[in-house]
Amino acid sequence: MSSVITRPQNEQAFIEEDGYEDHFHDHHHGDKYQSNFVTTYIFSMDHKMIAKQFLITGMFWAVIGAAMSLVFRLQLGFPAGDISWLEPFLGKWITISSSGVGSLSTEFYYAMVTMHGTILVFFVLTAGLSGTFSNLLIPLQVGARDMASPLLNMLSYWFFFLAGAVMFASLFLSTGPFSGGWTAYPPLSALPQASTGSAAGMTLWLVSLTLFVVSVLLGGINYVTTVLNLRTKGMSMWRLPLTIWAFFVTAIIGILSFPVLVSGFLLLMFDRGMGTSFYLSEIFIGGQALDHVGGSPLLYQHLFWFLGHPEVYIIVLPAMGIVSEVLAVNARKPIFGYKAMVYSILAIAFLSFIVWAHHMFMSGVNPFISNFFVIFTLIIAVPSAVKVFNWISTLYRGSIRFNSASLFAIGFVSMFISGGLTGIWLGNSSIDIQLHDTYFVVAHFHIVMGVAAFFGMYAGVYHWFPKMYGRFMNETLGQIHFWGTIISAYAIFWPMHYLGMAGVPRRYYSFANFDFTSQFGAMNAFITVAAFVAFSFQILMIVNFFYSMYKGKKMTTRNPYNATTLEWTTPIEGIHGNWPGKIPSVHRWAYDYGKFGEDAISQYVPVSEAEAEADKELVH
Amino acid sequence: MSTTGLISRNKIHPLRLALFISCGSILMMFGALTSAYIVRQSAGNWLEFDLPTLFYVSTGALLLSSVSLQACYSAFLKGHATMYRGLLALTLVLGLAFVILQFQAWEAMFDAGLPLKGNPSPSFVYVLSGLHAAHVLGGLVSLVVAVIHGFRLPVLATPRRKLRLQLTLTYWHFMDFLWIYLLLFFVLQR
Repeated sequence: MSSVITRPQNEQAFIEEDGYEDHFHDHHHGDKYQSNFVTTYIFSMDHKMIAKQFLITGMFWAVIGAAMSLVFRLQLGFPAGDISWLEPFLGKWITISSSGVGSLSTEFYYAMVTMHGTILVFFVLTAGLSGTFSNLLIPLQVGARDMASPLLNMLSYWFFFLAGAVMFASLFLSTGPFSGGWTAYPPLSALPQASTGSAAGMTLWLVSLTLFVVSVLLGGINYVTTVLNLRTKGMSMWRLPLTIWAFFVTAIIGILSFPVLVSGFLLLMFDRGMGTSFYLSEIFIGGQALDHVGGSPLLYQHLFWFLGHPEVYIIVLPAMGIVSEVLAVNARKPIFGYKAMVYSILAIAFLSFIVWAHHMFMSGVNPFISNFFVIFTLIIAVPSAVKVFNWISTLYRGSIRFNSASLFAIGFVSMFISGGLTGIWLGNSSIDIQLHDTYFVVAHFHIVMGVAAFFGMYAGVYHWFPKMYGRFMNETLGQIHFWGTIISAYAIFWPMHYLGMAGVPRRYYSFANFDFTSQFGAMNAFITVAAFVAFSFQILMIVNFFYSMYKGKKMTTRNPYNATTLEWTTPIEGIHGNWPGKIPSVHRWAYDYGKFGEDAISQYVPVSEAEAEADKELVH
Repeated sequence: MSTTGLISRNKIHPLRLALFISCGSILMMFGALTSAYIVRQSAGNWLEFDLPTLFYVSTGALLLSSVSLQACYSAFLKGHATMYRGLLALTLVLGLAFVILQFQAWEAMFDAGLPLKGNPSPSFVYVLSGLHAAHVLGGLVSLVVAVIHGFRLPVLATPRRKLRLQLTLTYWHFMDFLWIYLLLFFVLQR
């Protein structure tokens, strides 16, 4: 069959001829960009460098957050075990009994659980995931020179860094970091005298997260503006890759929900510092009556979860976008149901704002109000199922390349199904009576937004590593990483469902005292071992990452995967302004794989008359 | 700013769009607090009181400042230097007056036996108007920059300077709108 597709002979020459001239290179940018060590690597205003900063900072926090989970898993799995060997690291938080057996202090156990949640949710899966890939891919895939405001973009990273520095400092306080749970419910968070972690630890927690919100907003405003305003010629919204749609909608959710969290924090700060009674009602502490009157702790929960629920979509939507792109590239097929994918992203985003009270079914909210939230929660299953169906249909009869990136993308789909199904249980307010605050919930959210989001992030890292560093990650290590991770992740979280169904509560320090919980000792030990195994596979990934950065196989062609999107038309060595001359114009959508027998047609390739004719025939 | 190199093919400048989005974000923050107000109020044990009249005086100052900044912007476009500089200075004075009047209104509330502590009803008024005043302070900073530019640079409506003044103007009008919203909310949601 003679092809109806006319390909330009020379990509670069064609872009110079057909591309969009924005006179970018007429200006001299050298003094602001990449002219010395500080402007290149530290206070960089280049989106590609900022993406790497987000990623590596995120990895740092991921290691810290995961190591914390190992510490408290040791306590849960081996409550009688001796951990005096941790004393050099944790100091006074390990109490040594007279017989020489070291155990974890209860305050520090709660602090670890709290920090694990805070760090993973905000620093790793928000900043590390959407911060990294929104920065890297939005300008490259929409055909922009950089973000709308490179300055605000740089500030976005440095506010995140500052938030991290404050949180890190709080780990070393003599009273310990905040220990009242990552949701920071009052009164534990509102009264400095409520627990050791509620004192200076909570103050630093609030400062840190407020700085973090500034970072998210600066980043988000930039992402939205860039997508709406700086797309290249021909790049209509319906030609955007699904990655961009996901990052775009994620940023909108962040812009609308994070300010609400700040409002909640503001009132909390007033309660803590100024003695107001927004969240505090009549309360006795240590036998002493406080002069707070008439506050409502539920008010905080409403404000918190108005962010808190959209936050889980802020975490998972970027992963979904990455997975859609990676699956299409590696199945050599157009993504199935592109428009349905976009509409389901939008539907999920909309619904995410009207389901927050499903976190509060057991807090005493009116059961009739619960009905409303149950219905909308269950409706989220519809767009989610549409997406799952489309991913599977994309794979169906594809010429699948099984590599690290696509394996993690497929693993994401598996995790999302496993975790998503239990969401349908938990969305029912009546089932919540049994399951609320049990390990069933822990299993659900870790699988559906923790592990799944990590899988999406890994898919993205393996897939776009060459775009970041000009080299490939080691494929063998990558596949070992995948199989080790998916098996150990299921080994950790699958058994937790059984714990939860039996009513084992989360956040408990010890289960030894109750018959219904103490019978699960062996299962808890198994989970802890699996957690250590999972952690060691992540270390393997980090080794691979830094090894490949310097020693990985070099990228020799611009478009190693034969993908269609614009980031693969830029030079291997990333340059300021992304394209050396003109910006490519876009003539088609992002998923022309296998069209008329062509393996892949890049977005910059024009539609010839013959192709347009053939398209018409295809429709009839 | 480095954005000058990024030429947009759309009519709206990227920074202007970014400002609109930021305003949406600020709106959500205030929306959350006013919703919290309604939720808390419906729970009962809610102190009812009259707003200090100073709030209405400050409203007048803020409205006037918005009008004068708008007039200042058109004077700038037409190149009327004296008018432009005079109105710019007037806006800054009115803006400062607004913040001072707000402060005095809080003092009046305190003197009337409505402290920050205690029943959350006055606390909400303090926090909401205080948060708004903090945002107005941000606007005042950009007004000060505008004044410095206005008096030290020649009056020339270059695209860059037009954009700068336009951004200040947009934010200032938004602050005005936000305060009207809050005031109406306080008055109607008794």
